[in-house]
Amino acid sequence: MYPPNFEYYAPTTLDEAIGLLDQHQGEAKVLAGGQSLIGMMKLRLAQPAALVDINRIPDLSYVREDASALAIGALTRTAELGRSDVIRARYAILADAGREIADPTVRNWGTVGGNLSHGDPGNDLPACMLALNAEYVAQGPKGRRTIPARKFYQDSFVTALGPSEVLVEARVPRAGPGSGSAYSKMERKVGDYATAAVGVRLAVAKSGAIEGAGIGLTNVGPTAIYAAAASDFLNGKTGSAADLEKAGELAASASAPVADNRGPVEFKRDMVRVWTRRTVAHAIARAKGGA
Amino acid sequence: MAIDVEEVTGSTPSTTTRTIHVTVNGVAHRSTIQNRMLLVHYLRERLRLTGTHIGCDTAHCGACTVLVDGTPVKSCNLFAVQVDGRKVDTVEGLEKGGKLHPVQEGFHLEHGLQCGYCTPGMMMASVALLARNPNPTEEEIRRGLSGNLCRCTGYVNIVKAVQHAAKKMQEPAKGGA
Amino acid sequence: MAEAIAGGIGQSIPRKEDARFIRGKGNYVDDVDLPGMLFLDLVRSPYAHAKITAIRKEKALAVPGVLAVITGADLAAAKLAWMPTLMSDTQMVLPTDTVMFQGQEVAGVVGVDRYAAADGVAAVEVDYEPLPVVIDPFKALEPGAPVLRPDKKKTDNHIWHWEVGDKAETEKALKNSAVVITEKLYIPRIHVSSIETCGCVAQVDAMGKLTVWMTTQAPHAIRTVFALVSGLPEQNIRVISPDIGGGFGGKVPVYPGYVIAVVAALTTGKPVKWIEDRTGNLTSDSFARDYHIEAEMGATKDGKLTALRVKTLADHGYTDAAANPSKFPAGLFHIITGSYPFAAAFVEVDAAYTNKPPGGIAYRCSFRVTEAAYTIERLVENMAHRLQIDPAEFRMRNFIRPDAFPFKSVLGWTYDSGNYGGALKKAMEMIGYADLRKEQAEKRKRGELMGIGISSFTEIVGAGPSQTFDILGIKMFDSAEVRIHPTGKVIARLGTKSQGQGHETTYAQILAEELGLPADAINIEEGDTDTAPYGLGTYASRSTPTSGAAAAMAARKIREKAAKIAAHLLEVSPDDIEWKDHKFQVKGVPEKSKTMADVAFAAYTNFPKGMEAGLEATDYYDPPNMTYPFGSYICAVDVDKETGQVKIRRFVAVDDCGVIINPTIVDGQIHGGLTMGFAPAMLEEIPYDADGNNRAGSFLEYLLPTAVETPKWETGKTVTPSPHHPFGAKGVGESATVGAPAAIVNAVLDALEPYGVTNIDIPLSPHKVWKAIHAKDAK
Ligand SMILES: Cc1cc2nc3c(=O)[nH]c(=O)nc-3n(C[C@H](O)[C@H](O)[C@H](O)COP(=O)(O)OP(=O)(O)OC[C@H]3O[C@@H](n4cnc5c(N)ncnc54)[C@H](O)[C@@H]3O)c2cc1C
Ligand code: FES
Ligand code: FES
Repeated sequence: MYPPNFEYYAPTTLDEAIGLLDQHQGEAKVLAGGQSLIGMMKLRLAQPAALVDINRIPDLSYVREDASALAIGALTRTAELGRSDVIRARYAILADAGREIADPTVRNWGTVGGNLSHGDPGNDLPACMLALNAEYVAQGPKGRRTIPARKFYQDSFVTALGPSEVLVEARVPRAGPGSGSAYSKMERKVGDYATAAVGVRLAVAKSGAIEGAGIGLTNVGPTAIYAAAASDFLNGKTGSAADLEKAGELAASASAPVADNRGPVEFKRDMVRVWTRRTVAHAIARAKGGA
Repeated sequence: MAIDVEEVTGSTPSTTTRTIHVTVNGVAHRSTIQNRMLLVHYLRERLRLTGTHIGCDTAHCGACTVLVDGTPVKSCNLFAVQVDGRKVDTVEGLEKGGKLHPVQEGFHLEHGLQCGYCTPGMMMASVALLARNPNPTEEEIRRGLSGNLCRCTGYVNIVKAVQHAAKKMQEPAKGGA
Repeated sequence: MAEAIAGGIGQSIPRKEDARFIRGKGNYVDDVDLPGMLFLDLVRSPYAHAKITAIRKEKALAVPGVLAVITGADLAAAKLAWMPTLMSDTQMVLPTDTVMFQGQEVAGVVGVDRYAAADGVAAVEVDYEPLPVVIDPFKALEPGAPVLRPDKKKTDNHIWHWEVGDKAETEKALKNSAVVITEKLYIPRIHVSSIETCGCVAQVDAMGKLTVWMTTQAPHAIRTVFALVSGLPEQNIRVISPDIGGGFGGKVPVYPGYVIAVVAALTTGKPVKWIEDRTGNLTSDSFARDYHIEAEMGATKDGKLTALRVKTLADHGYTDAAANPSKFPAGLFHIITGSYPFAAAFVEVDAAYTNKPPGGIAYRCSFRVTEAAYTIERLVENMAHRLQIDPAEFRMRNFIRPDAFPFKSVLGWTYDSGNYGGALKKAMEMIGYADLRKEQAEKRKRGELMGIGISSFTEIVGAGPSQTFDILGIKMFDSAEVRIHPTGKVIARLGTKSQGQGHETTYAQILAEELGLPADAINIEEGDTDTAPYGLGTYASRSTPTSGAAAAMAARKIREKAAKIAAHLLEVSPDDIEWKDHKFQVKGVPEKSKTMADVAFAAYTNFPKGMEAGLEATDYYDPPNMTYPFGSYICAVDVDKETGQVKIRRFVAVDDCGVIINPTIVDGQIHGGLTMGFAPAMLEEIPYDADGNNRAGSFLEYLLPTAVETPKWETGKTVTPSPHHPFGAKGVGESATVGAPAAIVNAVLDALEPYGVTNIDIPLSPHKVWKAIHAKDAK
């Protein structure tokens, strides 16, 4: 398995990178962690004429919380999510995912930006961003724009990103008081894409009512799925056993899995139901101060 | 520091080749390579450092694990041009001055290897694991090495090997690496 | 009590071979680098069954760095398009007109490096006309199924029928049994997937001598096969098996890539390297298992086993390329009566052709022994449940008694020794069986699913006695050649080939014990047909039983001569010399003695008149019988009712492999074997869809367990020596792979007992467990 040859550029500024992408008119690809792209090139499923390696562009790797958002730079390695104190303390969904993506070696190299822009329904971070109602900052020849995660994923490997755009940052709305989140991934073994995985963020108001619920699903449809009905249903509820069960059922009906070696469609749907219920419960427990 | 320069004979500079400078196990190399050459092939075939192995096409087995600037990476899933200007460490660099690295010693004394094919990658992953977490629990060792497959040992003695190394590396003064 | 010899039998010395492996200085096939070496890559078929109407080389030959494209037509001209399999079937090296499975080799491309060869592969144009695909072996045998091997003048897809036992007697015994259970078990296709794939480097020198470095577990047999196929004189072929990155049975057969590389080396005059990629490995190398088994077992009301009848359909793919001894097309499957003294049994196996890759090899087990052990231990457990007798108690009641050995099984094997109850008892103590059962009962009341499963298997290894065992006519002896140098240092060469088993250490330990020299002083070499004595290789746990025995016997031959030299040195009659405490002593006068090192020096400097100089011996060991390692494994699991996920909480393995050469190495073999028993039980399978697409062609879908999934193995031993082996050893490399799956599956089914589930086919993927629970959603 050996890739065809290609032109290779290692720009040191974002503008230079965007210029190179623009020059190649869709024939060039961004190389970030390479943990998906290089595999596809080895299989000759992707045969870009040129690679624009963005790893030498400074200041694209950071995790910062400001007054309105948690900002994650595109070159932040996925393993960092599991290690960052602010993420572990306040955005546990991302820390959970950061410990479940691929394997430890791949996570060291794969980037948040790559995981979000690849468009593989098996990628774990998109569902988290859907749950968190994040926005992506993209920079292209015409400048910067912001794309809501919930509008980003169009089909398998098809996103709202233009061919000359670079995803530079993900912005997650700042976690308010009483918020909790969790990500659960059912996988056959370490390094496997999810059989089904569910990300949940929510907040529990003083009254005990759930607010701002968001549920994202991984690998049970052509893209990561935002389970809108299940999320909306939870708002205002207390999280009783019946509430959780209902949310699970709604999330299951939002899923659109296909049968593969991981199991038949009915099974995967049922796993969405079960894991949604369990993950919502976990997020509520965390919102109330549990681990 | 030793310098080892080698170039492709007769190759003309082109858009699909590149000259890189890499320090491998402390030795600086300058090489002109095709852009598409994977790091693992650069190490094995250009530098003849054949301790780094290949066991799959999909970045699952970890037999090719090396350290790039101290971070473990599957060298089958990285182009050699990407390590231009960086430091690479492979199994061949573990032994220093005729003294085995504690991880090597652990694998030997605890019978952490059988066919030996996964071993270099497993040891490099272990070195990185211990650098980050000098005193890991069994669970942390198993998780930390889960990017590396071994078909022979059933992992029991690999865990013991890493525990051995952890202990050895914490012994003060007596050395190790 | 005499002092133990340094590194003798029974000592856990660290391995000698580690020295190179831990430094990254192993020498595996892909590490071989020869001047001017070229690379071979293979074009593979996207179709499971198709006519090839054209292969166009032009574009490939125009790719920079591509030197040659080799097709079936090219090989046919040299009469090399087909080759024999070890089962006397025929296999294509490259097709001349039809491809028979997805992933089949279609053409070879030779380039100056791997990248160029791969570019060439992408540029070869092949036109296919798809043909009807036969995937299900049952459908393959239906009338009207497309005939897959018209080249063999066949009119159907039936390969062979094989049976053993008394059919009428078994029929009668089953009829007379108070309780009869029947179970259909499918043991799916799996793949050994050693982390090193297959490969070779072929070189022809100016004298016309062919040297092939290759990943083979059986270099000598391969050389003979090469000689027979190619017509090259055998002395002009040298097969070198360098360090092997795991074999497990997958490196016994000859694969097309090897042959194409040799042809490429002959045609280009340059050394040619072929290294298979993982997809090629998983989609075209020999598979293991793929047995569709239907088994019936009878018992009396009070729980005594009476009869066993087994009917099996074996899916062999498009050719029978198993690696069984010639007389046993279904291997040693008739060890299936296991640890129990059945009075009647009948086993039949039919084999079918399908559009899948060939194989039928072992997967870290002796020939089809896992299939047998799995079947018997699954049914015994089901019978115990059916009779509502505790499965441990049920086994204890039925085991062959320790005083019944040597025991002649109803299907014809003579078990050498055993103490099955002893092993089970020890396993029960280690795991705390009674407490676990109590905990289980409590959990059940709360609706939680916990299960305990047992497997008390008997293996048969060490093939084998020459009257019954041969491969393509070559008897399955093995060999050792031992030479002691003047300074008391030893070189020994053996006919086997380690792939991680630690032969350089364990053989040295055997010789240390037998020669009274420290293991450090003994070097072991294997794998080079120019230097090592002829042997059949390492698989089926045969090395210790055969080559290990040969080493001991050669050492004893040396001792006979050495005793005479010792007598000469001590100036006594040879009759007055005895070998005691690793020394030659004058009988009754222990202070008058000579060591082997003393004698070695004398063998070159001061030997008796009329004696030849030197101190060496060779032994070709023909084992008088097989050896029968055994063990009892107990597994405890928790099952998540909602998701079907299984968590193995404990796994205790008590093994008895006779006398142990190196306890640490034996434990390592067992840990590895258990993991390769766990993997097919829980994760691994190569499924095909109806169009013959392989759905596990990479490690993305072929699921090798990592350290996280793998249970934390707990091991124990009992020691029942083999009475016929020179030092009582039995062989251990594979027991655990054979024994573990049934224990795991039995545990899961025990957990699911409230749902009345009696079988789930392996691997026990969550979706299958989930389905079993939901289909019978009980109470
Ligand atoms: C063995 C293995 C197992 C894996 N398992 C999982 C898993 O369980 N879950 C999971 O989520 N992932 C998994 N992955 C994929 C891994 O997480 C990748 O790292 C990730 O999908 C892509 O990130 P990357 O930085 O490596 O991107 P790359 O491979 O460099 O790029 C992927 C794609 O995104 C584009 N791209 C990358 N960055 C940007 C950017 N900033 N702007 C615009 N376009 C960009 C590239 O052009 C390319 O098309 C696995 C990978 C391997 C090898
Ligand atoms: S070779 Fe398997 S991960 Fe690199
Ligand atoms: S020792 Fe053989 S693969 Fe690990």
